[in-house]
Amino acid sequence: MPKMKAPAKLENMEKLQNFIADFVGNQGFSDKRIMGIELACEEALVNIFNYAYPDEKEGDVEICCKVDQNGDIIIELSDAGQPFNLMTIPDPDINEDIDGRSVGGLGSVLIKKFVDEIDYRRHQNKNFLTFRFCKQN
Amino acid sequence: MEISKKKEDGTLIVSVNGRLDTVSSPDFDQELGQLLDEGETSLVFDMNELDYISSAGLRSFLKIAKKLKVKSGKIALASLQDIVKQVFEVSGFNQIIPVFDSVDEALSNVK
Repeated sequence: MPKMKAPAKLENMEKLQNFIADFVGNQGFSDKRIMGIELACEEALVNIFNYAYPDEKEGDVEICCKVDQNGDIIIELSDAGQPFNLMTIPDPDINEDIDGRSVGGLGSVLIKKFVDEIDYRRHQNKNFLTFRFCKQN
Repeated sequence: MEISKKKEDGTLIVSVNGRLDTVSSPDFDQELGQLLDEGETSLVFDMNELDYISSAGLRSFLKIAKKLKVKSGKIALASLQDIVKQVFEVSGFNQIIPVFDSVDEALSNVK
């Protein structure tokens, strides 16, 4: 089960994304679905980088990738930061006009669009965000 | 991510190729910032070769759209690939930045 751990900083985004892309690219999913998987992971990572370790604290993010017996891809992102469930952030008002819009809150909107099942757990002082991408969809 | 540009009747057509994500959007921001500083006020983005966009890329377009609004400028996006279109739709960004099926349609819209 491929894993990667790295400090939760923007400078590591590219290598974490490459790790995920390498795994996902070989599982028989379409290019379009692969993009959706990469997008969901990018949005989750950005939120971990921005919110998991506040006040100059530093810590890691760990990504585990696996495929189950159905061919579903399961990606788990974990960090040892403050309790934070990205999926409880309220959706932004998408009817807001250009002056009022920001991109805040879009991460969870995009994740919900492209991930089939999302699970969050807090366990042993860590956040575990698990995405399932079903082979059959 | 790479951009190429051409001018057509006062409108700058910017082709955005590759991916617009957290890693590449700072460069995109810089290049577009420069174009706006140079006085461009009518922009059509040809997205035919853009394979991927994340919220970082949406933020880039929002910045451009806001700056152009202040100058009474115009912006339109054209030829979005499927997944990019989905991102614009689910985020509601297609309601604040006009999206068209072709560069020609987009050009008609910004004149």
